Amino acid sequence: MSEEALRFHFDVDGDDFTSAGQASVQVKKLLRELGVSTDVIRRVSIAMYEGEINMVIHAGGGKADVIVDETAVTIVLTDEGPGIPNIAQAMQEGYSTAPDNVRSLGFGAGMGLPNMKRYTDHMEIESQLGQGTVITMRVDL
Amino acid sequence: MTVATLIERLSLEAITVADPDREVTGGYAGDLLSWVMGRAREGDAWMTIMTNINVVAVASLSDVACVVLGEGVTAAEDVVKAAATRGVTLLRSDKPTYELCALVHTALAEAAS
Repeated sequence: MSEEALRFHFDVDGDDFTSAGQASVQVKKLLRELGVSTDVIRRVSIAMYEGEINMVIHAGGGKADVIVDETAVTIVLTDEGPGIPNIAQAMQEGYSTAPDNVRSLGFGAGMGLPNMKRYTDHMEIESQLGQGTVITMRVDL
Repeated sequence: MTVATLIERLSLEAITVADPDREVTGGYAGDLLSWVMGRAREGDAWMTIMTNINVVAVASLSDVACVVLGEGVTAAEDVVKAAATRGVTLLRSDKPTYELCALVHTALAEAAS
């Protein structure tokens, strides 16, 4: 891989549950073409999918940026949603504020953020109430 | 044990089969998609009664060997199309999830012995 980092940008549509996951699927393909190991691909794409779903459920969509360099895959998810009032609480398995229609689709189990943390080597959440949330995740190669 | 063997052993209906020779290495049952993504392992046969389009994304991203829709549920046409496009193997059965799990477990144990 060249020394220059590869950057990919995706817009995540806010009101479309059926297309959620498109960015993650594309990233999966790109990483496969780059020859990244299947374990890393699986972790990156699951963490990113959870992030996409979260942005669709809570923030009316957002943006996903993926940076691949020699040492890691970094995913930056940016939204202009309501923000997370209590990050420690949101990180607990089983805690969810997702509405019933989302639960009926099989989401809203309160596993999104915990899964993102579980599958990445580093995760950072910056959230401002009323302004939005930026989540940075890194999976080491 | 391959997907093709699993289909035969459990008399499953094959809706889409991406790779009949794909190895099934374990099983997982669950309907909460995030829970499944957190716990299912690569190569699992995933038993579920969820049939919405997100099931295809979850199956693809977690790289399970196949999805087994149990309890007689059916997948809508757009879901079947998405599964075919994304290389997801979609199988179904009228048997209850519990029974399917027991059968997958037995089949895997026999294949390993």
